[in-house]
Amino acid sequence: MNPAPGVYQGAADVIAALMLLLEFGMLRQALVRDQVRLYAAQSAMISVLAVVIAADRNLPDLYALAALSAALKVFAVPLVLRRLLGPPAVEETRGVAGSYTLSPASAVLASIVLAAFGFFCFGSLGIHGADVPALALSVAGAMVFVAFALMIVRRDVASQAIGFFSLENAVSLAALVLAAELPLLLETAFLFDLLLAVVVFGMLIRAHHSRSESLSTADLTRLRG
Amino acid sequence: MLAVILAILIVPLAVAVASFLVPARVAAVITIASGVACFGLVLALVPDATGAAPVYLSYLRADALSCVFLLATAFLYAAVAVYAAGYLKGRTDRYARRFYLGFNVFAWAMLAAPLMSSLALLWIAIEVTTVVSALLVAIEDTDGAAEASWKYVLIASAGLGLALLATIFAYYAGAQVLGAHSNLAIQPLISAGSRLPKTPVRLAFLLAVLGYGTKVGLVPVHTWLPDAHSEAPTPVSALLSGALLATSFYAILRFYQVAGATLGSGFPRGTLLVFGIASLLLASLCVFGQRDIKRLLAYSSVEHMGILAIGVSFGAPIALAGVLLHVLAHAAAKGNAFMGAGVFTVKYGTKQMSAMRDGLRLLPWSGPLFLLSVFALSALPPSGIFRSEFEIVAGGIGSGDYAAAAVLVILVTIAFFGLATSTTSVLLAPVPAAKAPAETAATEKIPVEIAASGAGAARGAHGNGGAPAARGTVAMQARGRAGGALAPGEPSAWMVVPVLAGLAVLVLLGVHPPGELSNLITQAAAQLRGAP
Repeated sequence: MNPAPGVYQGAADVIAALMLLLEFGMLRQALVRDQVRLYAAQSAMISVLAVVIAADRNLPDLYALAALSAALKVFAVPLVLRRLLGPPAVEETRGVAGSYTLSPASAVLASIVLAAFGFFCFGSLGIHGADVPALALSVAGAMVFVAFALMIVRRDVASQAIGFFSLENAVSLAALVLAAELPLLLETAFLFDLLLAVVVFGMLIRAHHSRSESLSTADLTRLRG
Repeated sequence: MLAVILAILIVPLAVAVASFLVPARVAAVITIASGVACFGLVLALVPDATGAAPVYLSYLRADALSCVFLLATAFLYAAVAVYAAGYLKGRTDRYARRFYLGFNVFAWAMLAAPLMSSLALLWIAIEVTTVVSALLVAIEDTDGAAEASWKYVLIASAGLGLALLATIFAYYAGAQVLGAHSNLAIQPLISAGSRLPKTPVRLAFLLAVLGYGTKVGLVPVHTWLPDAHSEAPTPVSALLSGALLATSFYAILRFYQVAGATLGSGFPRGTLLVFGIASLLLASLCVFGQRDIKRLLAYSSVEHMGILAIGVSFGAPIALAGVLLHVLAHAAAKGNAFMGAGVFTVKYGTKQMSAMRDGLRLLPWSGPLFLLSVFALSALPPSGIFRSEFEIVAGGIGSGDYAAAAVLVILVTIAFFGLATSTTSVLLAPVPAAKAPAETAATEKIPVEIAASGAGAARGAHGNGGAPAARGTVAMQARGRAGGALAPGEPSAWMVVPVLAGLAVLVLLGVHPPGELSNLITQAAAQLRGAP
């Protein structure tokens, strides 16, 4: 019989499960504004998990990382995205609301299949130990696949960008589970790099909108790979 | 050595900042100076890099493998900087300053990547190349450029997300042996190879091939590449194709070293063989039927990245030496081909090959040079690519991979016919006499419209390929034309000189590579086989 998980393992597993649910929420939401809110909540979960790990393993660096991560992903990125989207009423006119390539129900069903695939793939790796909550790692694998699904099933640049940012959250979850003791310098560099990516995504979204008066990618069909 | 490494990291960045603040002409001059200086600095690194390579400031290191890729990038940085001085004539000062800012930062990030001693910093440097080059692809501000840059940044960033996951798994594997506070330094990971847990290393390698392979352009994650290469300004296309793809391949090679030390060579070689064959197969077929000259060259890049992957998969010393020589020769040849194609797009005001005819007569220097560059790219002797591909095939046969070697030869030959057919029609075919008046009018209308009303008129008329090439070349078109017919002549001498230099390098690499370079390649090939 398996022993009951400790506080850290239990917290990590619960937070990972909540993050996956939020990921499905992003997939399901028609309005990008709501997706941004869910993304901010998912990012807040990452910071909470970092604090839990910092306390459990006595890693003070992780407190700083949690604060940096929260400042960037809970506040800065959502703020930038909201400014790009404009007032709620405008979102409808920009070709963003409900820009599904599949129906929402089909998108969620397909994502459940992908998530199960990712979950069992990562679960079958057999990577586990006292400090590695295997369930959280499997959920991170599921989140990677759902993030890809989000980028694929939505035909607007804002949702696709959020898909990429949530992919980064999935990787952050895996990093906290597997590599919590990675030197702070490198963790900070990763975050700085994300900031750079956010800026560039923002610039390209703005450029796309100024050219087409829309955030939809439905008309990006001139180049065929 | 530390001073040289620091200079390589500081000079392009300082020049990038300065470029944005000074007039465009000054920016062009200091960018050329920076490119030449970086190439000289990298050459100065070569003798030291063939020996033991210490780590400086905890995170900087230049060994033989790094130096091969640095040489390719630095040479292309210098050559393309010279070319850009001609290409940007007629552009606004604001455009040119933005271009030089991005161009120098892009070159800096590509030079920084091989100098990083840690897999984490290597990932960061490559991510920086993505965000900067995505902006450079978009700089033309056309519909095509906007679409290509969005696809590029999204697909490449997603790929790099997987590469980051690979880095995390590599850390986990390393931490089991080296301790939790290891900083993902490459050499300790390789040294600890046989003691690392196998499953995380295997997964890390697979994710790295898939993730960095997106940036390399390996099939099936190559889809951004033809779009971005064709829509970017030509100097950026040359850097993307000749340097960025190789730099990303360098990251795969670092994971290959770790995986080889842990798992043995079978699994990593098999993985690269699958991706290499798929890339070579698709690219050699796709070069047929391309109408856009830059897309044609972009698919050729996919082909050459496939050759690199197959070469590494052979594993024999001569094949690995061939791969590293191929990195250098491909940088020179593909840079040359893109720079030549850029002259054609400037001259004809379009990227559509159907509108390009009689190139040998109309471009008395660039025409023959482009022909020679394409032949060099297609591995005709005495090009360096002939030598490198010969070594790769010899390595394949020597290691008993007869089928893969045969497939490689067949697909490379198919690609050669595709490239040769398209380019010779551009260079040699005259404008059909029967159609001359009407069709010439249609074809020649491109630059006339552009000259009359700017790029907007051409955008609709030429769909995929017309506008970007045309936008900044109005002045050159006007210089190249006389009363509605294209007159023979070069748009700019700046666009010819670097191609001549590239051909000289290709012949040098093909006929007799310098002794120091041969030593460097031998040492780097030994590293790939597990030497420290």
